[in-house]
Amino acid sequence: MTRCITAVLIMALVTYLPRMLPLVIFRNELASKKIRTFLNYIPYAVLASMTFPDIFYSTSNHISAVAGSITALILSYLEKSLVVVALASIAVVFFAEYLMAFAL
Amino acid sequence: MKSSVDRYIDGLKKGLPIGLGYIPVSFTFGFMAVSGGMPAWIAVFISMSNLTSSGQFAGTQLILAGASYLEIAVTTLIINIRYSLMSLSLSQKLVPKTSVLHRLLFSFGITDEIFAVASMEKEQIDHVFMYGLITLPFIGWTAGTVLGAFSTGILPDSLKGAMGIALYAMFIALIIPPSKHSRPVLIIVLISIAITCIIKYLPIFSFISSGFRIIIASVLAAGIGTFLFPEVTEEERTTDND
Repeated sequence: MTRCITAVLIMALVTYLPRMLPLVIFRNELASKKIRTFLNYIPYAVLASMTFPDIFYSTSNHISAVAGSITALILSYLEKSLVVVALASIAVVFFAEYLMAFAL
Repeated sequence: MKSSVDRYIDGLKKGLPIGLGYIPVSFTFGFMAVSGGMPAWIAVFISMSNLTSSGQFAGTQLILAGASYLEIAVTTLIINIRYSLMSLSLSQKLVPKTSVLHRLLFSFGITDEIFAVASMEKEQIDHVFMYGLITLPFIGWTAGTVLGAFSTGILPDSLKGAMGIALYAMFIALIIPPSKHSRPVLIIVLISIAITCIIKYLPIFSFISSGFRIIIASVLAAGIGTFLFPEVTEEERTTDND
């Protein structure tokens, strides 16, 4: 049990340090405009990399995942809110899997 | 500037979809950890102290498999090192006079999704907003783990399977509007996806973990973007968001 708690505390520490250190070390605006531009672009690059292609593996099968992804893409293009996009995608995936369960 | 209460509430509202999206994920975590032989309270303790998805999933599996402390530390660190890139990016978006104490506290709550929402804010962010933003996701993550740990399947599998897409759909909702309005952002997004796919699918890169895949793709894509579009900074972002 002690072993388990120690392991959890180690996990918590190595999760916390990468989150905390940059925010404590870099307390002012960086001087280089290039680096600031780079850091401005980082969120888009990170989110894109986390989403694609992993979204296609996020449900029980590829077809429902693709249906859900297309739903999310269309509604996001129409600039719907986060909640609407998320709920609609879930609904489409659920419905697609339901239909497929029938068909098979 | 809005009052503290307003900024906290603004954060709470923006954190609500994240909190809801976390419930099925942490439910699965709680369920898996307990099915694997972990006491329920430890599963909940992991969620509350780690507040991360893939890192704690991997760490928990290693604990259950009897891995050494070093293996657990290195694996978790490799998965979570991407947070340093996010925190570095957020450090430039934060009101500079924010005290070290607040930085120490709210940095605990920087998850992928919280970073995503915070970094898409139009103006500078402060600790009060961050506390608001973190509150509901923290509650959702903990509550989902409790539910998963103490139930043997309240949610039908079909619904759990469908909910797996929720957080990804949210990411899409965050990146598509700016990509529509700004060509540099669109190109960076496409480059990042292309690099991610190359690393993921080419067998010679199979040694690269998913955490490093994100770091490599983002740094390269944002780097190429900075090289191609060096002049696009805050002004363009604000006009884009009109």
